[in-house]
Amino acid sequence: MTTTSEFDTIAAVATPPGEGGISIIRVSGDHAFEAVMPLFKGKALDKVKSHTINYGHIIDPETQSEVDEVMVSVMRAPRTYTREDVLEINCHGGLVATNEILQLVISQGARLAEPGEFTKRAFLNGRIDLSQAEAVMDLIRAKTDRSMKVALNQLDGNLSRLIKNLRQDILEVLAQVEVNIDYPEYDDVETMTTKLLLEKAKEVKASIGQLLKTAKQGKVLRDGLATAIVGRPNVGKSSLLNELLHEDKAIVTDVAGTTRDVIEEYVNVGGVPLKLVDTAGIHHTDDKVEKIGVERSKQAIAAADLVVLVLNASEPLTAEDRQLLQDTADEKRIIILNKTDLPIKLEMTELNQLANGTKIIQASMTKNQGIDQLEGEISHLFFDEGIETGRGNVMVTNARHIGLLKQASQALDDVMSGIAAGMPVDLVQIDMTRCWNKLGEITGDSYQDELLDQLFSQFCVGK
Amino acid sequence: MPEIQAYQGQDFDVIVVGAGHAGVEAALAAARMGNKTLLMTINLDMVAFMPCNPSVGGPAKGIVVREIDALGGEMARNIDKTYVQMRMLNTGKGPAVRALRAQADKHAYHAEMKHTLEKEPNLTLRQGIVDDLIVEDGVCKGVITNTGAHYSAKTVVIAAGTAARGKIIIGELMYSSGPNNSQPAMKLTKNLEKYGLELKRFKTGTPPRVDGNTINYGETQEQPGDKEPNHFSYETPDENYLALKNQLSCWLTYTNETTHKIIRTNLDRAPMFTGVIEGVGPRYCPSIEDKIVRFADKSRHQLFLEPEGRKTDEWYVQGLSTSMPEEVQQKILHSIKGLENAELMRPGYAIEYDVVSPYQLRPTLETKLVKNLYTAGQTNGTSGYEEAAGQGIMAGINAGLRALGKEPYVMKRSEGYIGVMIDDLVTKGTNEPYRLLTSRAEYRLILRHDNADLRLTPKGHELGLISDDRYNDFLAKRQAVEDEIARLNTVRVKPSAEVNAYVESHNEKPLKDGVLAAEFLRRPQVTYKDLLRFIPAPETPLDRRVIEEIEIRIKYAGYIKKAEENVAKMKKMEAKKIPEDIDFDAIDGLATEAHQKLDKIRPETIAQATRISGVNPADIAILSVYIERGRIAKIH
Repeated sequence: MTTTSEFDTIAAVATPPGEGGISIIRVSGDHAFEAVMPLFKGKALDKVKSHTINYGHIIDPETQSEVDEVMVSVMRAPRTYTREDVLEINCHGGLVATNEILQLVISQGARLAEPGEFTKRAFLNGRIDLSQAEAVMDLIRAKTDRSMKVALNQLDGNLSRLIKNLRQDILEVLAQVEVNIDYPEYDDVETMTTKLLLEKAKEVKASIGQLLKTAKQGKVLRDGLATAIVGRPNVGKSSLLNELLHEDKAIVTDVAGTTRDVIEEYVNVGGVPLKLVDTAGIHHTDDKVEKIGVERSKQAIAAADLVVLVLNASEPLTAEDRQLLQDTADEKRIIILNKTDLPIKLEMTELNQLANGTKIIQASMTKNQGIDQLEGEISHLFFDEGIETGRGNVMVTNARHIGLLKQASQALDDVMSGIAAGMPVDLVQIDMTRCWNKLGEITGDSYQDELLDQLFSQFCVGK
Repeated sequence: MPEIQAYQGQDFDVIVVGAGHAGVEAALAAARMGNKTLLMTINLDMVAFMPCNPSVGGPAKGIVVREIDALGGEMARNIDKTYVQMRMLNTGKGPAVRALRAQADKHAYHAEMKHTLEKEPNLTLRQGIVDDLIVEDGVCKGVITNTGAHYSAKTVVIAAGTAARGKIIIGELMYSSGPNNSQPAMKLTKNLEKYGLELKRFKTGTPPRVDGNTINYGETQEQPGDKEPNHFSYETPDENYLALKNQLSCWLTYTNETTHKIIRTNLDRAPMFTGVIEGVGPRYCPSIEDKIVRFADKSRHQLFLEPEGRKTDEWYVQGLSTSMPEEVQQKILHSIKGLENAELMRPGYAIEYDVVSPYQLRPTLETKLVKNLYTAGQTNGTSGYEEAAGQGIMAGINAGLRALGKEPYVMKRSEGYIGVMIDDLVTKGTNEPYRLLTSRAEYRLILRHDNADLRLTPKGHELGLISDDRYNDFLAKRQAVEDEIARLNTVRVKPSAEVNAYVESHNEKPLKDGVLAAEFLRRPQVTYKDLLRFIPAPETPLDRRVIEEIEIRIKYAGYIKKAEENVAKMKKMEAKKIPEDIDFDAIDGLATEAHQKLDKIRPETIAQATRISGVNPADIAILSVYIERGRIAKIH
């Protein structure tokens, strides 16, 4: 439910994404201190003076492991940008650490800020003047369009299917509790006991736990995101690979076992470690061993979590190009349109159609153009949208999703502790419902009559 | 035919049209607040008539009855005087969902309510049919009856129920009628369309009644009432409670495969499925033919036989609502255990009627199109006596306040089920007859049957509906609760042998050190009564209602606190008003769906806007910024 979201404590990364330098995670709202303090090892932030900056470390409260060395600015309401309590975590660990800290803040109950939300609050709380109101509204409008698209992209795929199944499981339990309450004399339905509820809570918690395990971006850091660079011969795959390698981004991981002879398989792009699939194939196909080219591409695509498809802008689309566009249609992919420094002969209208919404990056490997956009897109796909890895195994990388999954899991902990304390079913159910709502926030399902629909379709009641 | 001659009747402050469960509460509230009130009914013998089930209360509904009582309404007192059985449901569950339900003596209920109305000094009860309203420049100024009377009033409440162009359907038989073959009101709602109100058709139904002398009770299971006293009204003393031997039982039986076969072979005669019935029926109270079709795999359905009163042998067959032809109804009845020889007294029927689409109402239940006109009860698309009465008292209060030139009263969702219901109706509308269910309330832990007085009696007193005497009793109760909770947070339970023997007998860990009494009471098995064995008793013994309140407040403190935090957030949103004259067309950037819905529903607060489906957080953000900008612009 979004009813009270206007007064949630919100958090977001306040600095532009990119590697290196300092990133700032801004947290604003009534519960800003509650959202940060459990993560912070250092001074008691609620005791320090307002408008001070405090040295310490962010730790993961679950594992007690250190995430990053940070400075936290403490600014108390009302002398802040939003006129609410504001805490800013300055960290220097790059995108992965920044995102991990953001996730931790969200799992402490903050909500990921909507586009323009800090500015909106500043305005609503009288911090900025009338002339800025239009700008705020434009901001909300512009970013909403984009985030809606992102939300839609996230909706298909295994994650949403999995979450929807979990929610349906919970919904059936909730409907059963409700029917017990609203139709106490109805004897066709098994009475939902705390024992049954406990079993369900454990089951759902295990599933969420599985998802959260994949959420560790550290795992990706270690293993790399399986990425295939595909394209017909001579479109510039090798150049792209070399470009990526020469950008001094080669190595990549410090993990033991990463030896010189596999160096070519690992690149670090925009903070995301990629494990390139079949680099040999990249060179081979360019060496015009054409017979095996297509078949080899197919295998590479099948093994990859992310596909980078390279096309040659200076030539019309070939049957092979079309085949590759088709083969990768269901994959997370990026299309690189290479050789745009030459006269363009490729049919852009047809390409746009075949691309079906996939990001197309205009590039020229010889002129060193387009690499930055590629890096930006990869980190956007990874951090903002989330990429599934391991072929069909769901992988959660999106900070908002991770935060919500953790909150859903905490709600289940509350279910279990309520049952242990001997609370009746209809009270324990409050936390079960919270879990259901949190999962619904991930998939964007908040249809309020869902429960009643379920109740009346599942049970034939009438007193 | 000679024409009806118009004549000028008396002037009133408030006129209420319809004396069903909504109308009587509306009229009593308005009159008790000091308004000269007229209550019009088609038939004086049908005041507070129960055309369907002979019962009051149950989950959610029972809490509404308590809320009506806490505000100074009549339903609770009336049922306390006329019930034949009382049961507390959900006793094995948590405090938020316990629900009181009474079986009513239908005739006594009607007669008692009618007498109460007659005794009310400011109230005139009159028989007649209201055909039209007097509306000038979009303001309602009175009503016109079928006898030609023109009554003027400052405000009018319409609670027409199923009489509004009612149509009864029994198999192939179909005729215009109000509930139970009463005269329908054929003109009033039609005329509402003239003033711009949008109507739709709903459908509801009732089961057949049988002669109790022909029921074989031996074939059914007895469902007696409770021994422990409980009443709906906070005012009714325990000593008034009927001993179990003086209560009437209900009886449980079931449909069977034979019943289902009879229904299936006659579906071609079922108006539900032949397309005869146009109105939308409720999912939560399906007809038996609907149950058989939708849940084909169920081999039986429960049926409760309920007495219609003490001085009648007519019995109500709960669960067998139907509009099958009379002949089929008899076959169905005779296929059921215990009813093999049952004599049909009244056939079941479906009834279609007009409702006002509730998005056209303000949260005060005043229509947006016609000023000073209020609607309540089934007219607003609800179903159930309690839902009707809950809206009735709110419509009566607001019509009364307007007539007195005072500010309106809107009950928040966090203050009562009545608030939940009205907010749902005016914000989301309804596609089927609306029934309250506990799951509709997001704060149900706060909206309990035990604390309706704590939530609403101060308001009832402020409105002049609760006497000073009653209010003082209420204040004393509230104080007693606070005092005892404070005491339990200072007194300690010591780890004596007696205490630990008690604790161990409940399979819990013995005490090592002393604990606060409140802490001790938090253990699931410990009751307040048990606790008093180990600590000194309070100076004056406490009333059982005070004890109930203390136990709930202490035992469920953690959950209650969480709920209250959410309520506090919501209240901040309720405080953000949307200007009444806001032009949604002028707000650039609202999503199309959000724009349409906001314009149609015209929410009064940001909180209400967030509850409209299709209005997403970005729309709320734009709306908030737009309103704030307008506010600043006005200041400068």
